[in-house]
Amino acid sequence: MKRIVAILLTLVMLAASLSFLTACGDNSKTLYVLNWGDYIDPDLIKQFEQQTGYKINYTTLTSNEEMLIKLRSPDCIYDLCFPSDYVIEKLIAEDMLAEINKDNIPNLKNIDERFIEISNQFDPGNKYSVPYMWGTVGIVYNKEMVDEPVDSWNALWDEKYAGQVLMYNSMRDSIGITLIKLGYDINTRNADQVAEARDELIAQKNIRKGFFDDAIKDDMIGNQGALAVVYSGDAMLCIDEEEGNPNLEYVVPKEGSNVWFDNIIIPKTSSKQAMAEEFINFLCDAEVAKQNTEYIGYSTPNKAALELMDESWTENPVYNPPQDVLDRCTIFHDLGDFLSVFEEAWNKVYFEN
Amino acid sequence: MKKLGSIFKWAYLALTLVFLYAPIAVLIIFSFTDSRTMSKWNGFTLTAYREMLNDSALMDALKVTLVVAIVSAVAATIIGTTAAIGINSMKRRRRLLVENISQLPMINPDLVTGISLMMLFSFIGLSSRLGYLRLILAHTAFNIPYVMFSVLPKLRQSSNLLYEAAMDLGCRPTQALWKVVLPDIMPGVISGFIMAFTLSIDDFVISWFVADGVQNLSIYIYGLAKRGISTKINAFSALMFVVVVTLLLIVNIRSMRQEKLDAAQRKKVAKNG
Amino acid sequence: MKRNVLAYPYIAVWLPIFVVVPMLFIAYYAFFDNGQFTLEFVKSLREPMYWNVILRSAWLAVRATLICILIGFPVAYMLSKMKKSAATLLSIFYILPMWMNALLRTYAWKVLLADGGIVSVILEFFGIHGVSLLYTEGAVLLGTVYNFLPFMIMPIYTTLMKLDKSYIEAASDLGANGFQTFIKVVLPLAKPGIVSGITMVLVPSMSTFAISKLLGGANHALLGDLIEQKFLLSSTGYGMGSILSLILLVLVLISTAIMRRVEKDNGEAEGGMLW
Repeated sequence: MKRIVAILLTLVMLAASLSFLTACGDNSKTLYVLNWGDYIDPDLIKQFEQQTGYKINYTTLTSNEEMLIKLRSPDCIYDLCFPSDYVIEKLIAEDMLAEINKDNIPNLKNIDERFIEISNQFDPGNKYSVPYMWGTVGIVYNKEMVDEPVDSWNALWDEKYAGQVLMYNSMRDSIGITLIKLGYDINTRNADQVAEARDELIAQKNIRKGFFDDAIKDDMIGNQGALAVVYSGDAMLCIDEEEGNPNLEYVVPKEGSNVWFDNIIIPKTSSKQAMAEEFINFLCDAEVAKQNTEYIGYSTPNKAALELMDESWTENPVYNPPQDVLDRCTIFHDLGDFLSVFEEAWNKVYFEN
Repeated sequence: MKKLGSIFKWAYLALTLVFLYAPIAVLIIFSFTDSRTMSKWNGFTLTAYREMLNDSALMDALKVTLVVAIVSAVAATIIGTTAAIGINSMKRRRRLLVENISQLPMINPDLVTGISLMMLFSFIGLSSRLGYLRLILAHTAFNIPYVMFSVLPKLRQSSNLLYEAAMDLGCRPTQALWKVVLPDIMPGVISGFIMAFTLSIDDFVISWFVADGVQNLSIYIYGLAKRGISTKINAFSALMFVVVVTLLLIVNIRSMRQEKLDAAQRKKVAKNG
Repeated sequence: MKRNVLAYPYIAVWLPIFVVVPMLFIAYYAFFDNGQFTLEFVKSLREPMYWNVILRSAWLAVRATLICILIGFPVAYMLSKMKKSAATLLSIFYILPMWMNALLRTYAWKVLLADGGIVSVILEFFGIHGVSLLYTEGAVLLGTVYNFLPFMIMPIYTTLMKLDKSYIEAASDLGANGFQTFIKVVLPLAKPGIVSGITMVLVPSMSTFAISKLLGGANHALLGDLIEQKFLLSSTGYGMGSILSLILLVLVLISTAIMRRVEKDNGEAEGGMLW
């Protein structure tokens, strides 16, 4: 027993010192990427590494907020990151992003003008970010469990579905859809409207099963709820023939909704901007973007890629929603100091019961 | 009567083990299907196992997890045990003060520990490029109290007289500690080590905040949640589980045999004597 | 050489750097906003919501700890009476499930507790119909007990290992019945282990957060969740999260102080028992 322990220990110490050595190796060719898990086709990373001789160090994260803390840290090591729209607005306001040199990204022409325009709303002039993936927020519902087709946020407050409604565990999304339901702007700076939304969410208490994170799609696929607030990219999984549940349907309610973007940014602290831009250019290549979006299942803003894809994707209204859906959706904006009003409302909904 | 008691005993142990292993069973069952969620069975297949073996990021994460868990658990066991021996022989007032402060990493929510350690590392200038070192230091920091609180009760139980007797018999203090005190508290040290190892494997939040450019298994797996944790992770866990159990059984059968041999030996000696 | 010298490197180097300084950062954020001293965050504590959350968390942690003792003590006792090699193996089996990823384990619990899942089928077999198990406070409690049970079993088991059969035999020779033996011989011996077990279960379960989200559907959000939200979402910085962490700290230290007092009161009795 003692010998086994001794051998094990020696091995581990060896492994540890080896890893230290490799960690201290040449870093100048390594790009540090901070991204959501499984949010890029790993084969593409290999392809890029082979093409350029660079090395990609890929770290995953689980929330925009955690990412913000990392990016704010004075010794942030990341060269590329994939935050959502309102976070980018905040990062720009805090002067934390590097301006992207568009001359290094000729493939930028592949990005759909429509999305450049939307992106322009949170990144004026599209100086700091390049659209990566996008989608809408809507309702996934189980046809077997609801009586009529769902087309309104009101369904989430319908007594008929008491205990069957799954809300998304996100302050902006939950308050946002409630504001839309009440006929207000999702980026309102009117405290009374936020208070109204808060009371509406508190009144929903007995109808809602709870607030859920990523597991919301598992629950819907497993028939654990009738209606759920879901991102379109996740809805793709819910309705997928193999992985999903055939009874599920996705709708962007008629009152309107939120359209969201995950864009690529380069933190100001990065010392490898040109290399990072090379990677962005690679990701914007039509073939690459096609492979990537088909792997992930989230919608690509890359027009050239979309043209290469077959009908099962392009004709799918969840993946590629028609213009009228896009027209009734709004982007989230960073609310600055007013955010604290949202927070207070959210705290009441979340913790007071 | 005795038989009844023994049946009851084994039934109770079995029941508690069922409680502990029920989710593990679910996890393993779902490793034999190919899916992105554990809420849908897509038919029996072994593709998850193949996918797992092809996932190089997963294998890298496993390496990081094992290195960090073992190194930090060893470090925490050494530091925690020595400190506990020292603390235990201090005066009550001072002892309580140190014990209370030592408890802090246990009280703080992981998130607070994670963020404050992140601040500490950038404050003392420990570069974030040394992700491994940061991870190991942070894990050691939150593991130490668990080792201490595992060793302290054994020390409290262990009589002072033992140490003094050893000294009277001419042991040097180090010898007395090494040969008398340590064996006496060994079960506490071992269970402290095991707990430290377990916590290190299991930790996500603290690791995420302190490490940059290095990811362990939990960082990797939690990251997957956004898009659904595919059953390749189940396959991986199942395989790991089987390997660990096999190793444990091998080691233990050896020591059980040894125990039997020792007993026989003792009997012989007693007879001959 | 005095043995307490052994603690000096730890007290002089490790504790200040890795425990005290990080805590000072938190204390700083609790009382300073952008470099200005402020009592703003302390004043916010007047909000009764915070105290409701704290009470709810404390109550859950206390129940989880009690259940862990009730389930864990007999396990530890039975283990301690086995042959050493068998007991070592079994004791490791009690902690082994925790080596599987926590998120996967919790997802697996969701499969078990889901409507129409195995547990509800078993309950129906016993004539209990239509109870929702998932996303209730019970599910959160179960998840907490599940995750912390090994940390109760281990320390109690190691202290009970000292329990010599001869003690029990002696006690029964002296006319003690099973219950008396347990109260007067077994329990005092196990007390340091129980105290450590309580520390390792009660203290961290006060601040868990993922469980209440995953198994409770955030319907029973706890102090850990509150602190998490205050740190991650708050537009006013880390202040509120920090002050709440400090409150948690104070509460836990007070309860440990009480526990230590109890331990000490009985401590003399324990010495008497053994000698």
